[in-house]
Parts: sequence; C-alpha cells; structure tokens
Amino acid sequence: MDNFVQVLIDGILSGLLYALVAAGLSLMWGVMDVINFAHGEFLMVAMYLCYWIGEILGIDPLFSWIAGGIFLFFVGALTYKLIIKNSLGKAAMAPLLATFGLSMLLKNFCMNRFTPNFRLLSGTIMEGKTFQFAGAIVSVPQLVTAIFSLVVLLGVYWLIKKTRVGWAIQATAMDKEAAELMGIDTENIYLLVFGIGGACVGVAGGLMTTYLAVHPEVGSLFSLIAFVVVALGGFGSIPGALFAALLIGLVESFTGFYVAAVVKYVAVFAIYLVVILIRPKGLFGW
Amino acid sequence: MSAMLEVKNIHCAYDGVPVIHGISLEVEEGELVAIIGANGAGKSTTMRTIAGLMHPVSGTISFMGEDISNMGASKTIKLGVSYVPEGRRLFSKLTVKENLELGAFATKDRKVINERLEEMYDLFSILKNRKDQIAETLSGGEQQMCAIARGLMSKPKLLLLDELSLGLQPSLVERVFEAVAEINKRGVTILLVEQMVQEALEIAKRGYVVQTGRIVHSGTSKELLCSEEVRKAYMGM
Ligand SMILES: Nc1ncnc2c1ncn2[C@@H]1O[C@H](COP(=O)(O)OP(=O)(O)OP(=O)(O)O)[C@@H](O)[C@H]1O
Ligand SMILES: [Mg+2]
Repeated sequence: MDNFVQVLIDGILSGLLYALVAAGLSLMWGVMDVINFAHGEFLMVAMYLCYWIGEILGIDPLFSWIAGGIFLFFVGALTYKLIIKNSLGKAAMAPLLATFGLSMLLKNFCMNRFTPNFRLLSGTIMEGKTFQFAGAIVSVPQLVTAIFSLVVLLGVYWLIKKTRVGWAIQATAMDKEAAELMGIDTENIYLLVFGIGGACVGVAGGLMTTYLAVHPEVGSLFSLIAFVVVALGGFGSIPGALFAALLIGLVESFTGFYVAAVVKYVAVFAIYLVVILIRPKGLFGW
Repeated sequence: MSAMLEVKNIHCAYDGVPVIHGISLEVEEGELVAIIGANGAGKSTTMRTIAGLMHPVSGTISFMGEDISNMGASKTIKLGVSYVPEGRRLFSKLTVKENLELGAFATKDRKVINERLEEMYDLFSILKNRKDQIAETLSGGEQQMCAIARGLMSKPKLLLLDELSLGLQPSLVERVFEAVAEINKRGVTILLVEQMVQEALEIAKRGYVVQTGRIVHSGTSKELLCSEEVRKAYMGM
C-alpha cells in the first residue's frame, strides 16, 4: 500500500512537469501547425542557463526559473522570426526540418562548449529535502517543480481562454483570414505563440535544474514524451496536455515500479499507439 | 469630391490564374450598392481584394482618398472597411460574445466595446440570449446575424457583405435584408454581393452585374430590375 501511494505521487509529480513541457509544443502545433523539433533543446537551453546562473551568480533555480522563462520567450520568438517564418508556406516538411536543424545546432553547440558531462547544481536551497506523506517519501524540489508547473500552466490556460489576446490566438488558430479581417495581426500572434511556447518550456527547464542534471542530450527524452503528450491530448489543447501528461506520468511510474524500470517507456509508447489507433485526433482537442 | 470607395480597373489572379479582368466600381458615402452575378463570376474575389485579403495584380483601390490596393486586411479594417466573408467564417469554438469582442479587436476601450455590444444586441435581439453559446451550435440564421454583428463591431464606415442569404430559408432572408437596410439607414455605407437578385435590388440603390470577371451591366436597381437581360439571366424570368 505504501508503495502504491509512493508510485502514485511520483507519477503525478512527473506528469505535472511533463504537462508544462508539452503545453508549449501543443500551443505551437495547435495554432500554427508547426512541429517544433527543437523543443527538447529549448528545455536544455533553459537548464544550462539556470545551471550557469546558479554556478556563476549563485542564484538558486527556485528564483532563476523566471529568467529561464523570459529568456526562452525570446528564443521562441526569435526562432519564429528567423527560422519558422521563412520556412512556412514552402515545402510541407520545411519548418520541421528547419527546427530539426536548430535542435542539432543547439545540442552540438552545448556539447562543444560544455562537454557531454552531466552537471547538477549542488547546495541548492531544496537539495535533498523530503517529507513523509501517507507513508510515502515526497521530494520537496520535485513537489515544488510540479506545483509551479501547474500554476504556470493554469496561467497560460487563463490567458488563452479569458483574455482578448487569448481569443485572438484561438481565432488565428481557427481561421487565419477571418482573424485578419478582425484587425488581428496574425504575424504578431505567431510570434507571441512561439514566445509563450518557449516560455513554458523555459520555466520547466529552469525548475528542473533543482534536482536534475543537465547535459546536451537531456532534451531528447523530454521532447519525445512531449510529442506523445501532445498527440494524446490533442493539438492545441492545454487541458488535454494536462490530462495526457498525468496519464503518461502515471503509466511511467507504475510500469517502472510494478513491471520493470526498463519497460516504462515501452508502456508509454504502447499507450500512445493504442490511443492514436482508436482516436487519431487525441483524447481532447480544440 | 471622389467617391468613398473607388475600384479602378483591377485584375486579380489565384496562383497566376487570372479571374478578374478589369473591374471598376464606385460606392458613394451612405449608399447601399449590390453586386450580382452567377456562381464563379468573381464577386467574392472582388470583395476579398477590396478587403485586403488579396492584392490586385494591377489596378487600384482607394478608400476615402487613400490607396489601399496593397494594404493587408488587418490594416484596412482600421481605416473602416469591414468584410463579412462568404460562408460566415465565425470562430466556431468561441462564444457569440467572444466572436463579437474580436470584431472590435482594434478598440481597446472597454466602455466603447460594451456600448457596441449593447447596440448589436439591440439590432439582433436573438444574439443577446445566445451570447454565451458556442458559435458553431447556432442555427444558420443566427450565425449569419452573428457574422454581420461581428462585422459591425469595428464601427465600419464601409461594410462589405458577401452572400448573406446563403443557406437561409426565405423568411430569414427577408429578416436579414431588413437588418441590412436598417444598418444602412443608421449611416453605414454598404456594398453587398447577392444571389437573391430580386431581394438585393429591392434594398439597394444601385447595382453592378459581374460576369466571368468583368462588369457587364450597371445602373440603378430599378433599371436593372427592368432590364430584360438581367431578368432572364439572374432571375429566371
Ligand atoms: N482560392 C482559390 N484558388 C483558385 N481559384 C479560385 C479560388 N477562389 C476562387 N477561385 C476561382 O475564381 C473564380 C471566381 O471565384 P469567386 O469565388 O470570386 O466567385 P463568386 O462570384 O463569388 O462565386 P459564388 O457565387 O459561387 O460565390 C472562380 O472561377 C473560382 O474557381
Ligand atoms: Mg462568392
């Protein structure tokens, strides 16, 4: 029974983090039909940023995640302006390949500058802190990361559902021409969407540096999970991303514990295949 | 003094295939003018070009003295040109109110937006009861009213209406046209495209007949309604 609660909590906590990573991807995909292949590397950039901020300036990731969010907002917007915009409307695969190129560039840049070594900040405020809950041991940094992720995710959801800018984003996603007829500058909306998508993954990456090591390959697994979450949750749906991410987090922790750690991703992708076969549009969606 | 809208000899093409071969037309301030013509004649293309969704290959469009030929739609609306597109194009998953709010996207003043919302609920009382309903669940007639209201939310000087009657039962067509006449009376200049020729010319002051990308007739509504050719070609008489 204790194990069950432990596995349940672990699953929920990783699920909430996955949700924020995936939300950014989902938004870009849902609004612009663009698959950002560099999404995992955005996460890596945020992690390195917060790692070095911690290492050099001594600022804890508990605070520097804000910098991660802001910096990645600009990275996202710039990616749109310099790469996506020029590849849209060309060959169908162009934006995908262009962002794939960007992911290679970022990964290899970090490999070259920072070596492939795993780097973990030491002496952070929450380091090693745990507490007992219903017989389970809860890691404080993981819990805080999950809570912050959820709060940021709800904030983005509120922005999209309840503000005029959010309606403009939805309108652009539903019918770009009609949105322009309303006086919405859809170019700016795209820029903003890429910025917000970047900021989501930037916040997630920043928070993660409290307990996870950064290395040039760190984005790969997370981006894979994010793709599964987006496909399951439906492109552009934030509640969808949240539920799908929780599902993935739980599947991962339960199979990891009750079956074997090596098969946990097998289970994740198996669920993905089953759902995609039954409901190609995902479980949710706009 | 030149007309409010002046379209001079525009040529338009889709992917290099020409579909409009030199159309010229004028709309004076306060007028209600109709464009009629068969399917595929180029009516919507003309409207889209005026609205700024596409640009003419040659020729010019000026609105209140300003050349808008190469201005994008998100800018022309700020000058006061609002286009209610063919097929309504509501934001299907948003509510009626959210659709209307987006119609006034260029306005930041909350008070002004609320006033306009009230004006629209006054003009189309059905929308008031439905304001929190998702647009795609409205009936066809309600959707059309919502589309017109959305087009009016920017307080346009010139309203472009494309095939309002599409898919509406006759009694509703009449109601929608009454609303259009009412909007015109309230001071909005209107250029409308219609297949319901009789009904359109009844409320319009003048009309243009478009055929395969050219204007083949123009005149007052009376003249067009009396014209043997127009009656034969477009009214099945
Ligand atoms: N997006 C497009 N791509 C290519 N050709 C198009 C496109 N839209 C319209 N056309 C062509 O341009 C011509 C004019 O079309 P348009 O939609 O302007 O006609 P219309 O008079 O509005 O017709 P309807 O009464 O059916 O709405 C048609 O031959 C049509 O096939
Ligand atoms: Mg048409």
